[in-house]
Amino acid sequence: MNSIVCIKEIPDPEIPPVKFKLDKKEMLRVLPPEGIPSVINPYDEQAVELALRLKEKYGGNITILTLGDQSAIRIVKHALAMGADEGILLQDEAFSEADSFAAAYVLSRAIQKIGGYDLILCGRQAADWDEGLVGIQIAEKLNLPLVTQTHEIETANGDFKIKRAIHYGYQIFAVSPPAVVTISSEAGQPRLPSGWGIISAAKAQIPVWKAADIDADPGQLGIEKRRRKLTDLYIPQHTRKCDIILGETPAEAAVKLAESMRKAGVI
Amino acid sequence: MSNPMGVLICGEILEGNITTVTRELLNTGRDLGDKLKQPLHLLLVGPDTEDAAQEGIFLGADKVYWISHPSFYETTPEDYLVPILEACEQTSPLIIIFGHTDMGRDIAPRLAAKQGSSVCMDCISLDIDRDTQSLLQSKPVYGGNAVAVWTSHKEHAPYIVTLRPRSSQPAEPDTDRKREVISLAFSDPSSSSQSTLLKTVKEEVKGIKLEDAKVIVAGGGGIAGPEGFELLQDLARILRGTVGISRVPCDEGWMPKSLEIGQTGHLVSPDLYLAVGISGAPQHLAGCTSAKCIVAINKDPEANIFREADLGIIADYREALPALIDKIKELLVG
Repeated sequence: MNSIVCIKEIPDPEIPPVKFKLDKKEMLRVLPPEGIPSVINPYDEQAVELALRLKEKYGGNITILTLGDQSAIRIVKHALAMGADEGILLQDEAFSEADSFAAAYVLSRAIQKIGGYDLILCGRQAADWDEGLVGIQIAEKLNLPLVTQTHEIETANGDFKIKRAIHYGYQIFAVSPPAVVTISSEAGQPRLPSGWGIISAAKAQIPVWKAADIDADPGQLGIEKRRRKLTDLYIPQHTRKCDIILGETPAEAAVKLAESMRKAGVI
Repeated sequence: MSNPMGVLICGEILEGNITTVTRELLNTGRDLGDKLKQPLHLLLVGPDTEDAAQEGIFLGADKVYWISHPSFYETTPEDYLVPILEACEQTSPLIIIFGHTDMGRDIAPRLAAKQGSSVCMDCISLDIDRDTQSLLQSKPVYGGNAVAVWTSHKEHAPYIVTLRPRSSQPAEPDTDRKREVISLAFSDPSSSSQSTLLKTVKEEVKGIKLEDAKVIVAGGGGIAGPEGFELLQDLARILRGTVGISRVPCDEGWMPKSLEIGQTGHLVSPDLYLAVGISGAPQHLAGCTSAKCIVAINKDPEANIFREADLGIIADYREALPALIDKIKELLVG
């Protein structure tokens, strides 16, 4: 069973909020946090994990696909070190203005070029812009069945049985391959790369595909193709001011806290 | 297509009633409609829609369209999309609003693909720019570290958005309000679906649901293991509340995912939110900042949670909670 996992390089979402800075002068954008390397989007890392679990059970090949800058090679190698088989970077000046729809277009062109896949896995959303659009648009562009918010996949009689997380429980869908799934955090912790994985990933050559390599129509990619325009970007103000209650000991502080809560009418 | 006009809410029904989230959408939609001087319409696709349609009028819709159909949870998303797509084509709205729910998250991007529309997910506020009349779509990005404001390009109308639950007040009913309720017919798509729904399983929650809780005692990575949660349970019990968690206890397997509060878990708005050993990552705060009062207990004075709390103590919860529990018991008895 062959799968393709689409991954994205993002600034580390775990950085402390005080390190989070915006550039509002040149253009509206988020400044990469100083000294903190970018990471694979956590939901995409869970998608890699799910693909690996399927490979362990059913065999096959896992191809990692990313659209980004040269620096994204690092996260492709991270996925290879986890156990994926090969990786491809889509990098071209022509892709730089891509919104979620254009990104999905580029990824679907590459997916068609790779071919021979049974399953395409994407994270449910990227933890930078939190859109949750790309995976769904890939399915629409390739006219493939789609299950969103997935966290478990099995195969039975040639079909996939796919578990989808919903607010109060779960659903199970049956779909025929090839299919697209978006992966939710219920998938659980991704594995750490093995020592051997890291060594072999370091040696791996990651091909870089340009717009011409996937026959991408430049008319689909320009800034004028964007469906939305960013008009403002700001760090929200804190609306609360914390009253820190002190005490000689933690227990004393806790007693005073209870009294303050009583006074504030919350207990 | 004729000139797109009006605001269309894609509503949801639970046990025969319009959901709270849909009431919030109606409130926001009313505001946008008034600013644009355009009508507010509500679309209900599901079973029991005819009775709920009347409720939609009471809640401020100028027209309610209803379609008798299995609910989102009883069919495939492809099949659920068909009547929505047809209703959008028939009514030609300028703005389409979904809740950022299981349904909205799945259906809104599919609808955008079919219509070539703009779509903006998980907005926390929507407004009309006074000069340009464009729809201002504000949404948290980078896990809530920042808020982005978007407008949509005119050629990509209708502008589809999902609105985060609890980001506006629910509309209040006016039972004297009378408007038109319209049943829409649509062509049955029974064979078009590429997937088959095998089952939908509802996992029962023991005790109080997080969304309904007046008091939540939430624990994070600082609890350092499953045992520590017993103290939190004790505290929740005396406050007649329930226990929630941030992501770490879920990732570490100390507590079940079903208790997670935050961007990918429950969105809660209790009267009192006690955050114990929670550092306060924006992704977690996204789920609880609409609480009336946030109290933080954390041993790290630099923890971000103190920037978002009303009251706090800098203490190890193991030392603080027993004293807090005793004192609260005493206060509640007295």
